[in-house]
Amino acid sequence: MKAAVITFPGSNRDGDVAKALKQAGATVSHVWHADTELPGGTDLVVLPGGFSYGDYLRTGAIAGRAHIMDATRAHAARGGYVLGICNGFQIACEAGLLPGILVRNAHLKFVCKRQHLTVERNDTPYTSAYAKGQAIDVCIAHGEGNYIADPETLARLEGEGLIAFRYADAQGKVTAEANPNGSLNNIAGIYSQGFNVLGLMPHPENLIDSLVGGTDGRGLFESLVAAKAA
Amino acid sequence: MKARVTVTLKTGVLDPQGKAIEGALKSLGIDGVGSVRQGKVFDIELATADKAAAEAALKAACEKLLANTVIENYRVEIGA
Repeated sequence: MKAAVITFPGSNRDGDVAKALKQAGATVSHVWHADTELPGGTDLVVLPGGFSYGDYLRTGAIAGRAHIMDATRAHAARGGYVLGICNGFQIACEAGLLPGILVRNAHLKFVCKRQHLTVERNDTPYTSAYAKGQAIDVCIAHGEGNYIADPETLARLEGEGLIAFRYADAQGKVTAEANPNGSLNNIAGIYSQGFNVLGLMPHPENLIDSLVGGTDGRGLFESLVAAKAA
Repeated sequence: MKARVTVTLKTGVLDPQGKAIEGALKSLGIDGVGSVRQGKVFDIELATADKAAAEAALKAACEKLLANTVIENYRVEIGA
């Protein structure tokens, strides 16, 4: 698995996600946003978390139009993996890789806490290391994580099984109380139609070492490496 | 040539910032405030003097960057 982690001005989780990928057995290269090509043989493009361009205009809007995003869209169109985490999810939506958009949290507050998610399906390249319906314990840290889409898009996402993760309680119950930001249907992450693009607001890369309190994030990176090997 | 682009949220899109501003205006005792929706204004100077070219450039700017048409509408006004 050859991963290319894109660094935009204001990305700040590029190092953490690289560490998580290496731990799972991937080789990682770092790519600057103004580059026009991905390294040869790239299997996975990662749009990391952070505050690209200071969240100016709309979160992810300016990064979503960066030069490297043309190459990233072409990579996704060929069926290549693209993983957008937090600001990377916002960038993926703004770049047209995923439908819908992330807007200001409904309660207007930045949230930074541990959060459980349900794994909606485990037959995808990103989730084979988990059990279907498993409640995983990861972190969230965002001010604009409120996922919205028009009713037709939402119905299509639900109907085609493109919801990757939902905010839930520790028992895996998807409730209004467990929704930290007002996202429609408790959506924490979604897939593209081909399941090769995943965007999610939570940070699986935070929870990869028991030293920092948990390892539930590892499965996502291990799944990806296994998907490439398969 | 100068232009002003106004970007507003589409009807029905939740605007928690507008709601908070609305609440603040009401708590200030300002009478008659029904509701508030927050938007953005961009004042743009264009090198061209050709109105049609300016309109085309501004439309492209709105569609490609200034507005996310999933949730936002835009309006372009071209001045002198």
